Amino acid sequence: MKQPILEARDLHVRFNGVKAADGVSLSIQDGEFLAIIGPNGSGKTTLLNLCTGYVRPKSGSVHLDGQNITRLASRAIARLGVARAFQIPQLFSDQRVIDNMMLALAAKDGLWTMVRPLETAARREEAEALLALIGLADDRKRISRTLPEGHRKLLDIAVALALKPRLLLLDEPTSGVSALERFPLMETLMGALRQRQITALFVEHDMDVVARYANRVLVWNAGSIVAEGSPDDVFRDPRVLQTVVGVA
Amino acid sequence: MSNTVIPLLLDSLASAALIFFAAVGLTLVFSVLRVLNVAHGSLYSIGAYVAASIGLFIASRQLSPYLSFAALLCSAVFVAALFGPLIERTLIRWTYGKSEAVQILITFGLFLILEDLQRMIFGVQSLYEDAPVRLLGTSQIGGVVYLNYQLLLIGLAVIVVIGLRMLVRHTRLGRLITAVVADREMAQSIGIDTNRIFILAFSLGVFLAALGGALAMPTSGVAPGLGADTMVLAFAVAAIGGLGQIEGAAVASLIVGLARVLAIYYVPSLDAVAPYAAMLIVLLIRPYGLFGSVSARKI
Amino acid sequence: MRAAYAIAAVLVIATLPRLAPWLQFVLTLAIAKGFAALGVAVLLRAGLISIGHAMFFAVSAYGVAFLARAGVGDLATLLVLSVLTAALTGAVVGAFLIRYRAIFFAMLNLAVSMVFYALFAKLYGVTGGSDGLVVPIPSVFGAALDEPAFMRILFYLSLTLMVLVGLAVHRYLDSPLGHALSAVHTNEIRLEYLGIPVWAVLLIAYTLSAALAGLGGAIAGFAIGRVVPEFAFWTASGHLVLIAVLGGIGGVPGAFIGALFLEMVHTAAVTVTDAWNLIVGAALIAVIMFMPKGLYGLVAREEGTKR
Repeated sequence: MKQPILEARDLHVRFNGVKAADGVSLSIQDGEFLAIIGPNGSGKTTLLNLCTGYVRPKSGSVHLDGQNITRLASRAIARLGVARAFQIPQLFSDQRVIDNMMLALAAKDGLWTMVRPLETAARREEAEALLALIGLADDRKRISRTLPEGHRKLLDIAVALALKPRLLLLDEPTSGVSALERFPLMETLMGALRQRQITALFVEHDMDVVARYANRVLVWNAGSIVAEGSPDDVFRDPRVLQTVVGVA
Repeated sequence: MSNTVIPLLLDSLASAALIFFAAVGLTLVFSVLRVLNVAHGSLYSIGAYVAASIGLFIASRQLSPYLSFAALLCSAVFVAALFGPLIERTLIRWTYGKSEAVQILITFGLFLILEDLQRMIFGVQSLYEDAPVRLLGTSQIGGVVYLNYQLLLIGLAVIVVIGLRMLVRHTRLGRLITAVVADREMAQSIGIDTNRIFILAFSLGVFLAALGGALAMPTSGVAPGLGADTMVLAFAVAAIGGLGQIEGAAVASLIVGLARVLAIYYVPSLDAVAPYAAMLIVLLIRPYGLFGSVSARKI
Repeated sequence: MRAAYAIAAVLVIATLPRLAPWLQFVLTLAIAKGFAALGVAVLLRAGLISIGHAMFFAVSAYGVAFLARAGVGDLATLLVLSVLTAALTGAVVGAFLIRYRAIFFAMLNLAVSMVFYALFAKLYGVTGGSDGLVVPIPSVFGAALDEPAFMRILFYLSLTLMVLVGLAVHRYLDSPLGHALSAVHTNEIRLEYLGIPVWAVLLIAYTLSAALAGLGGAIAGFAIGRVVPEFAFWTASGHLVLIAVLGGIGGVPGAFIGALFLEMVHTAAVTVTDAWNLIVGAALIAVIMFMPKGLYGLVAREEGTKR
């Protein structure tokens, strides 16, 4: 079996006496779309924090293409090709949508210049193309703080994509997005990911989205993975139906 | 060697006591109001000026010199009563909920105002009235002569530490303060009058600052510039101990007192710099002070 | 267009001393403080308030005095070396300070600047103590000058530097690095997740801001002819903060407008009262409470967020 792009081995971490990760191991293959489902507050975001250097595990390790990234800073992991979209969109909220995009693009390949402006023709074009892809083209001059929640989530994802990552971690990408827009968004997003050969790990609550787009599903509960398999297998597992809220 | 240890320790304790008085008000106000009052040093020096003025008045009228002790306490009460509620209601309250930058700039502006006010009211001469020191006399400890006043200060500092601890743990006010410190919004929603708590806490902080200045005045006098020197010293102590940690301020005062005295003994020209060297060392190891903590994770 | 206003303003300033020769000194000093305030304003972009920046102003001025005593006599050399000294000091001090934010950052800057003040005031043998050091008139391209001629050259040089350095800083603030600096204030976490090392962004900004303050300090040293420990005193830092805040969101022009305005007010106020700190403090509070966008914000119209 090929080396997985991301691998977590036996992660343990506690917050205020609660085990947020209790011996968690997982691996993601190149090109996979791996979904993580589980009840609210069970620590799924903590997993993403552990994989991106925001939280250090008490024990265990995280590997990217075999390289141990457990103790690396978030910025180093980002530069290795891992991008993240957050549960609560992390934006430069006093800036326009297009400024957010251009800064992200500059971060990728043009930060260390004090002489040329942030806004170059090439960068602007690229920013607008990405915004068009994700459906935010009309909003590009709006201050990001004034966007509705769903659009802010989209912007957060677009900013992550601007990094041209190999691995994209999405924390509830469709939360805040209206039911009508959910599938078109995922269609576009997954299409873009497939086209750019980006591997994705996404935490998700919408089971229809998971069923349609995930290759594999991990079921998370109280700090550990309790089930794993294809969407079909997982959704038929009675234990899963018990623990995951909202599954009929 | 052993005959320098005792003087060293006692000198450090005496120094620490004064330093503690300078810093405790600052860290107390921060713990309750989450505001770092950049004008704190000015309130210390105003306390010293008022105490000196009253003391000199007492001396000039040839009243009983024992009144000068009462003068020290009264100065602090007066300054706290005058400035505490006034500053809290007009300036500090305006900053609640606003960015920290605002808080810094407002209290810094106040600092500038108070420094000029002192100069205008009390003049540029240094003032000094040491009746309390003279009255208490001296003692011999370990072959070295000490001012009993210094020993009194050490005792008072200990009383303040214990007193504050008891206030917080064993009084109703203390429990209210603890609630407000733990979760301001929650405290408000269960009906605690946070405005009153803030005025009280801030005024207590002003009182402690002014008391510190007043108590230091008989030994060190007061002159223009004392406010600024005290402010940075108080901050250094609060930073070493952890902002908002009263016990931390006590420990930090001991550290700074020791550092200062060691400098005076061995490298006298650097004695003013010693507290900051200590701060630098502590912050390099524990960036938020010995008992300080970073705020919670945001994502 | 704003560039036209700027050019007009610079020309007006350049010709003012013809009308009122005593203005030349005031304007030179104002430009010097403008540079230092610009340094403060750069850090303000990242939400960091330095209430101790006068230390770099002083370090540079003392640097000029030391170098002059050591035999360096050329204006250009003195300027460059003293600014570099300030920048280097900034890099060293900044390396420690940029770990902090908000209140801690502000107070640590204050504390370090007061340590500098104490050292300048106490080390009598090296720094001349409270008397300070003389800053002699340097030679310009080899020519020795008398005072009036030098002061005229200093004025026009300061004006030129204001334009050139101002443009450079403007470009910096407009560059990706400058935008990243503002972004530190808004969302540091996002920056880190974009792979941007926030510490480096801040250290570069801090060093640059120290260099700007140093440039101001050197000019001030030359203009006054003397450097004293008070150059580093906390009230001096306070004046710089007021200028930066008055200049508000105006970026580069804002700092110089604020400096000119304040220096004029100071010149007028000094004839009436010596409670200048009180005025500065009250003005600072007033600006924060009632004019948060600063003087410049009152004048400039809202232009979306294009910066």
